[in-house]
Amino acid sequence: MRELTYADALREALREEMLRDPNVILLGEEIGVFNGVYKVTRGLLDEFGPERVRDTPISEAAITGAAVGLALAGMRPVAEIMYMDFLPICMDQLVTQAAKMRFMSGGQLKVPMVLRTQYSLGRQHGAQHSQFTPSWFLQVPGLKVVLPATPHDAKGLLTSAIRDENPVLFVESGLLYRTKGPVPEGEYTIPLGVADVKRKGDDVTIVGVSRCVNESLSAAKTLEEKGVSVEVIDIRTLQPLDLQTILDSVKRTARLVIVSDDVKTGGVGAEISAAVTENAFDYLDAPVMRVACPDTPIPFSPPLEQLYMPNADKVIQAVDQIVG
Amino acid sequence: MLHKMLLIRKFEEKVEELFLVKGLLIGPSHLYLGQEAIATGAIMALEKDDQTVTTYRGHGHALAKDVPANLCMAELFGKSSGNCKGLGGSMHIGIYPKVGSLYATAIVGSGIPIAAGVALGLKLKKSRNIVATFFGDGAVNTGEFHEGVNLIAVWKLPVLVFCENNQYAMSTPVKRAVSSPSIAERGRAYGIDTIVVDGNDVISVYVATKIAAEKARQQSLPTFLECITYKMKGHGVYDKGDYRPKDEVAKWLERDPILVFKKRMLEKRLLTQTEIDQEEKTVQQEIEDSVTFALAGSPMPFDEMKNYVYAGGA
Repeated sequence: MRELTYADALREALREEMLRDPNVILLGEEIGVFNGVYKVTRGLLDEFGPERVRDTPISEAAITGAAVGLALAGMRPVAEIMYMDFLPICMDQLVTQAAKMRFMSGGQLKVPMVLRTQYSLGRQHGAQHSQFTPSWFLQVPGLKVVLPATPHDAKGLLTSAIRDENPVLFVESGLLYRTKGPVPEGEYTIPLGVADVKRKGDDVTIVGVSRCVNESLSAAKTLEEKGVSVEVIDIRTLQPLDLQTILDSVKRTARLVIVSDDVKTGGVGAEISAAVTENAFDYLDAPVMRVACPDTPIPFSPPLEQLYMPNADKVIQAVDQIVG
Repeated sequence: MLHKMLLIRKFEEKVEELFLVKGLLIGPSHLYLGQEAIATGAIMALEKDDQTVTTYRGHGHALAKDVPANLCMAELFGKSSGNCKGLGGSMHIGIYPKVGSLYATAIVGSGIPIAAGVALGLKLKKSRNIVATFFGDGAVNTGEFHEGVNLIAVWKLPVLVFCENNQYAMSTPVKRAVSSPSIAERGRAYGIDTIVVDGNDVISVYVATKIAAEKARQQSLPTFLECITYKMKGHGVYDKGDYRPKDEVAKWLERDPILVFKKRMLEKRLLTQTEIDQEEKTVQQEIEDSVTFALAGSPMPFDEMKNYVYAGGA
């Protein structure tokens, strides 16, 4: 199968959906003339014109609010927020408006919109351009949260997100944009809320989130050489969370490590750990481990940032602590 | 016009009674008493399929846009027979898309970017319909107001931006909160045509809206309408509003929009006192019936609630 970068896979999903449905429009900062800061929207302004590929002022709340309004008017907007760190600026529109409209209107309204964003941990962007804060959105029923780890999943999940009838927060990883992988030609969807077992194994289950899926796979390879069989699950969507796939795996392996680029306290790992403990306590042979970032803001200094981030070595260390 | 203004007035008076005298209603409720001329004049000047985006002080806009009083009252009671099935409450009874009463938000300033998006959607779909968004003087100091109004201006969106300046944001008077000499200047600062309207005169509001609506419809241009008015009561139903000078309140009560309108109709001999009395009676009955309707309903079963979180039953 042909290979595409993660960025081009996303671009292909946007393009195919725009060709398929005239209601799909894009809006965001620098997505048109500049082709997108990460070139995900490259060439789309030329192909679809300024009505459907709209450069916006630097107004994250208005970008998100306009996307909400567009969705209410029957469009399928895909808005881009350049860095995940800018989400707090549009939190009202995303969390308090979009996610609650279905419910508080008693089912009268629907908000089919996608908010694309990315986090740049590992790219020396400092404390205000690198954060990964997916667990905030676990507290937001009504929102879906999607985090692709491969070019293949990026395309299929974005296609599904655009076709979904609900607001979807679509979180890309800045470090992955240039990574390549096999991507099928033409349209395909990957259902939201279904995790993917990226590697089969028997001794320990690793749940990876976004970029950390790759770190987990690389750790699994090394561990295999040491005689430890690792199962790697890519969570793919955090909301809805596919707990069943994790439980099925843990019931076989009896050991669980969760690997994620967020700060450890109150992070994604905390929720998954609690849910597994609640539902499969009797199956566990060891404490549930979390590999995540320490509880500090993200340092700029490149060597410090490398020490700060989860990586394959840290995953191996965590597995070593609970296996054997 | 008289019918709609009376409907809002009597609905709100009934709500106040149900809260304060009968103790049947609880929760926040922000009454529209004294501002009836704005919702009535503005919405009567719109077409049926034009869309409104209002706020938590939205009972008036809902009723003016023909959300049935029965459904509104049932919503206030938290009954599944309400327009939002009791899941929204007072602050969201302006949500009834069936009649173009598209949305009502409880976060100050947040409706403006949403109105921009709805207007852009209508424009892209080549609809002739436009959007009217309503908010109070408090909203003009929020970031979402400025981001939203700027976007409306820069994209030339067919939005009528109504600031209902009722002089107080909760208890804070405009002059202590707004730095510019007037709110209208903020519309002009974004290059939007701006009109200052007597918000207690329903005819003025109607005429101003009619002109603005045509401009939005024909040329896809927004208008900023600052409607000067006054809350007859406090911020919410439990607020007595006693931070306001007595003479100021008295002065404004003389300009009660319904008194002003009745007086004018009688002077011009367009209505008789008998006709007015009859209208009041009819409306009062409609309100009493809405309470009966609301009381007859029941709340949604708790287990059903989860079906309203996601569309498509995810």
